[in-house]
This record gives sequence, C-alpha cells and structure tokens, in this order.
Amino acid sequence: MDDNDPLTQLDPAYRSVMRIVTAIWLAILLVPTVVAEVAIPGWHGVVAIPYVLLAAIIFFRLPQRRWQARGYVMADERLRVVKGLLFHSDTVVPFGRVQHIDVDQGPLERAYDIATLTVHTAGSHNASVHLPGLKHADALAMRDAIRAAIRRDTL
Amino acid sequence: MTGERSLPEVGPQEELAAEHPGEAQRTDPKSFIVGAVASLGQVALPLAFGAYAVLDGEPTRLLFAIPAVLAILAVSTALAYLHWYRFTYRIGASDIRVESGVISRAARSVPYERIQDVSLEQKLLPRLFGLVEVRFETGAGGKDELKLSYLTEAEGERLREVVRSQKDGAVLAPESAEASVSAEAPPPLFAMGPRRVATFGLFEFSLAVVAVLAGAAQQFDFLLPFDLWDFDAWQDRLAGPGRWLAGLGFAAQLAGGIIAVATFVAIGFATGLVRTALREWDFRLERTEKGLRRRRGLLTRTDVVMPIHRVQALRMGTGLVRRWFGWLELKVVSLAQDSGSANHSVAPFAQADEIAPIVAVTGFHLPGEELDWRRAATQYRTDQVILAGLVMFPLAAGLAIAGQGHLALLPMVGFAVIAAMEFANWRFAANGFDTTQLFLRRNWLAPKVAIASRVKLQSVEISQGPIARRRGYATLSLGLAGGKFAISGISLDRARELRAAVLESIAGRDFSELV
Repeated sequence: MDDNDPLTQLDPAYRSVMRIVTAIWLAILLVPTVVAEVAIPGWHGVVAIPYVLLAAIIFFRLPQRRWQARGYVMADERLRVVKGLLFHSDTVVPFGRVQHIDVDQGPLERAYDIATLTVHTAGSHNASVHLPGLKHADALAMRDAIRAAIRRDTL
Repeated sequence: MTGERSLPEVGPQEELAAEHPGEAQRTDPKSFIVGAVASLGQVALPLAFGAYAVLDGEPTRLLFAIPAVLAILAVSTALAYLHWYRFTYRIGASDIRVESGVISRAARSVPYERIQDVSLEQKLLPRLFGLVEVRFETGAGGKDELKLSYLTEAEGERLREVVRSQKDGAVLAPESAEASVSAEAPPPLFAMGPRRVATFGLFEFSLAVVAVLAGAAQQFDFLLPFDLWDFDAWQDRLAGPGRWLAGLGFAAQLAGGIIAVATFVAIGFATGLVRTALREWDFRLERTEKGLRRRRGLLTRTDVVMPIHRVQALRMGTGLVRRWFGWLELKVVSLAQDSGSANHSVAPFAQADEIAPIVAVTGFHLPGEELDWRRAATQYRTDQVILAGLVMFPLAAGLAIAGQGHLALLPMVGFAVIAAMEFANWRFAANGFDTTQLFLRRNWLAPKVAIASRVKLQSVEISQGPIARRRGYATLSLGLAGGKFAISGISLDRARELRAAVLESIAGRDFSELV
C-alpha cells in the first residue's frame, strides 16, 4: 500500500446522516440563543443574527467538508482510515493485528442503510479504530474479508 | 520470606486436588480468620467513636452496648463464614471455574489460554498465616481479574504450575515442583541488598511530602507549641541558653530558617527511604524457564513472573539527580498487569552494566553506536516556543499594567526556561530504527529511552493538528499492547518512512505467533 493510494470515498448517505446530527445540535443550541434574545431587551438580533449566519455555514458547509476529508483504503491485508478536517489522522491497522471486528448501526444509520465498521487491536493507543459511513452490505463484506485473512494467517 | 522457602510442603488436601483436578475446593479455612480480623480493623474505629458518643460519661449504658456490639460481631463473622463456605473453585481440564455468592450465585470460567499470568501477593496479615492471594491475569484489567484469596503458599505455587503447564499443552508432571525449585538455583539476574535499597531510598527524596508538610505547618501552626515561621521567636529561643546569640540578630534568624528547612529535608529523605524500603526490600529478579521472576517487598511481598515472549517494549529512565551517579531504571511493557500499571519494573535502580544483561535476556537490544538518530522537526520546537511566548508575554504585560512590576518577571523567566528546554531537547530528543526495533530518546534533563519491537506493534497512526498541518510536521502514534509509544513533532516524510518500516515488519507475523 502506498501513502498516495487514492482513498475510497464513504457512502454519500453518511453525509446526510452527519447533516441531520448537525441539525440536531444546532436545534439544541437554539434554546440558549432564544433565551439570550429574550433576556437582553432592546437589542434585537444581537445574538440571533450571528447565530443564524453561523448555523447556516455550519449546516451547509461542514458535513460536506468532513465527508470529503474522510476515506479509507483496504489493500495488502491492511486497513487504512483517514479522517479529520482540523485534526487530521491517518491510521493503518494490519489484518494480522486485528483482535475482533464489530459492525454497528445506530437508528439514523439504519434508516439510511449504512453502518460503522470497528476493528479492535491489542494496543493501548488505537485500541479500536472506527470507520463509519459504509454501506451496510459493504461493511459486512469487509468484515468477512478481514476475518478470512485472520483465519488464513492462524491456520 | 517467600524467597527463602524450600520445597513446598504438600498437604493431604493438595494431594487430593492434584489427583482429581475437577474437584470443587474452598480457599484455605484460615482466610476466613484473616477476613474477619481485617474487617474487625475496619469496624474498630467507628465502634470507638460510637462508644464515646453513646456512653457520654454514663457507664451504665455499657450494659446495653456490649450485647449490641457482640451481636454485630457475631452477625459479621457469620456472614464472613458463609461467604467463605459458598466460595469454591475448580481446576478443570480446560479452565478454572469459580462459584461464589451467598444468596445470588455467580459462576465464572476462565480458560487457560486466556490466562496471561498467575501472580502471588502476600499482604502483612495473610503472610503471618502463611497465606497468599492468587491472581489470574487475563488482560481484562484491574477489577475484572479472577482472584483467590487466600490459599496456602504451597497451593498458590502449585496452581501457578498447573496453569503454566496447561497453557503449554503439557500434562502436569509430578516433578514440576522440583523443577521450579531447581530453577531457582542460578544466581539472580539482578538483586538489591539493603545497602542498594538504602541508596535508592535517598534518591527517592519526597518533594511532595515536604511541600504538603510546609503547607500544613503554615495552615495548622496553631497546633504547634511554637510558630515555625516566626524568626524573631526562634531568635528568642536560641537566645535563651546562649545570650551572645541575641547580639547576632541576623545569624540567629538564619539559624532558625536553617533549622526549619533541615527538618523538612530530613522528613523528605525519611519518607523516601521508608517508602522505597517497603516496596523494594530484598528485590530479586531471576531468569526461570517460564520467564523473568521478580520478588520484592518488605511487608507486602509480591511474586510476579513475566513470560519473556510477552515483553512488548522496554523503557529505560533516570532522574534529575541520580543520572549523574549513573543510576538507571529498566521497565518492561508487557501484556500482564503490574498492580494497575502495565509497566513492570525489572531493575528499579541499577548501573548500565547491570541493565545490559537483563536487556539481552528479554530478547531486545540497546541502541547501537551506528544507529541513525534523527531529531524532531525544527518547526515543531519553534512552534512550542512561540506557543509558550503567546501565553507568557500577555501574562507578563497584564501583571505590569496591574502595577505588579516585580511579579511580571516570573512569566518572563518561565518563558526563558521553556525556550532553553526546547532548544536542549531539540538537540537531545531523537528517534531511530534498525532492522527489528524502534528507538525513542527524550527529556534532556532526565533522559528516557523507549525501545519497541517493530513486529510487536499493533497499529500505526499519523496525526496532525491544525498548526502541525500548516508547518509540515506530525505525531506518529504506535499501538503497543500495554503501553504508549508516540513520537511527536517529526517531519511528515520521516513519519511516513517509520510507518512503512513498521508495516513491513508487521506484515510478516500474525498476532497469534506473538502472544
């Protein structure tokens, strides 16, 4: 595997899921905004207008950017997971060091038929490496591929 | 005590157990006594307080109090007995099973393959009864570990042998007990006599205790018959017997100050000595066929075996002062736990020539002369200094504006120290790799060297924060079983080079061949 191998993009549905999660957070933050708006008399919009502008940028830009920054490569018996806009990380887990594998789906992920693949290693750092935003069927196929590689190694 | 014990005596009960491995057994009956005595210690203080409050100068109330206390004691003793009675363990063909619980029952099974190690620990009280606590380390960590408290020393030793031989797929041979005894014959790999422990204790000077005491002396000085910090009073006191001292006002004050400081220093040294002696007394590290065996401790004696193939990495460190006397500490990072921390100290206080043979036994090697050490990225060190400046200079400016001109010097001095340290570490801290190992050297003031085996790493991560991305450096974090190994502030190219080297080594061997 080369460091310059093109990354496999995550499923576009993952971007939608991230957008919904962002919207939920923004809605929660709306509560203190409204309270502040009511609590400061005579200064209409001093809190609300910056909030709406910021929220719009976050809602429309952030999920797209985050989705673009993520990706993975599965080749040469290794899984490479890349993520992070501000704090970038690039993790490689060789199949020979995988202890066990999880495929998880939250309620939102189920609605969009995507899943999170998690590989666990024995290391203290990166004890579990998460790869969200895979098509559920793809995640299952990847799990089976990694498991098959482990079994072949041990036999 | 454990160390000098000769061939363990095999009682009839143990013999029976060895013949019928599936038999359910209870822990040693004496452990019930130990438990009762220990709980008595816990109850004693509240009882004393309770008695003081209830009696309140009316001894007649004793008539009611004594039966009540006796009843409480009887109930707690009965409970302790029930707990002991209902706790059984079974050494099966493929696992160890423990059943416990008075009302609700819990059953746990631990397969031999999952037991990383069996460690024996003797606290003071069980030690008086000749009992040990046997812990089966599975890597589950801390509270989830299976433990049997308490068994006789001989039974503990035997269980350890049973688990080892089961793990190795061998049948428990009758001469295994003798084999373990004969293995103790060669001289220890490393040992510390009373002199070494005492020297070690002097270097373990406890600054924390001194700080706490000094603070407490200021807080609770009303408890002292005199004021420690009142130098005038010291002057008077000193002036008592020798009137001529009063004339030397400044000298007397100085003497008072010196006495106060000397007291704290003496307490600091004493604390270090006592703590070290308690922990490290009669330290001995031996090479047995099952791995490195370490025994130490004065009141609580521990006995740990670290299988050599399970050593993941080595750490070598020293202290600010002791480095000038050549004292080093060697720790091994292993899958098994060492009472909470994953690092087993195999030579807490040794010279370089004593460390070398231990390193050789673990299958690792020290960095060679020809090793290509590389420094961290210059940008990284520069940024660290700039960040320190961004904190310190506004702080100094703020203090100056607030009219605390002399205090404003402190952040400036702090900045100078940080900048000097960063420069020294830029020159000193380095990383390198050879065909089988990764090396990391850091901390110029008290050098530390970490050595990791390339093949025993679990994962590799290159991470960059927002500043690091702009400036082109990164942190390389390596997944190490039972420890951390991260190289920060190296250039992205170097990080990629190291990652490629590690991944190439890992690809060759599966995890199951390592453990």
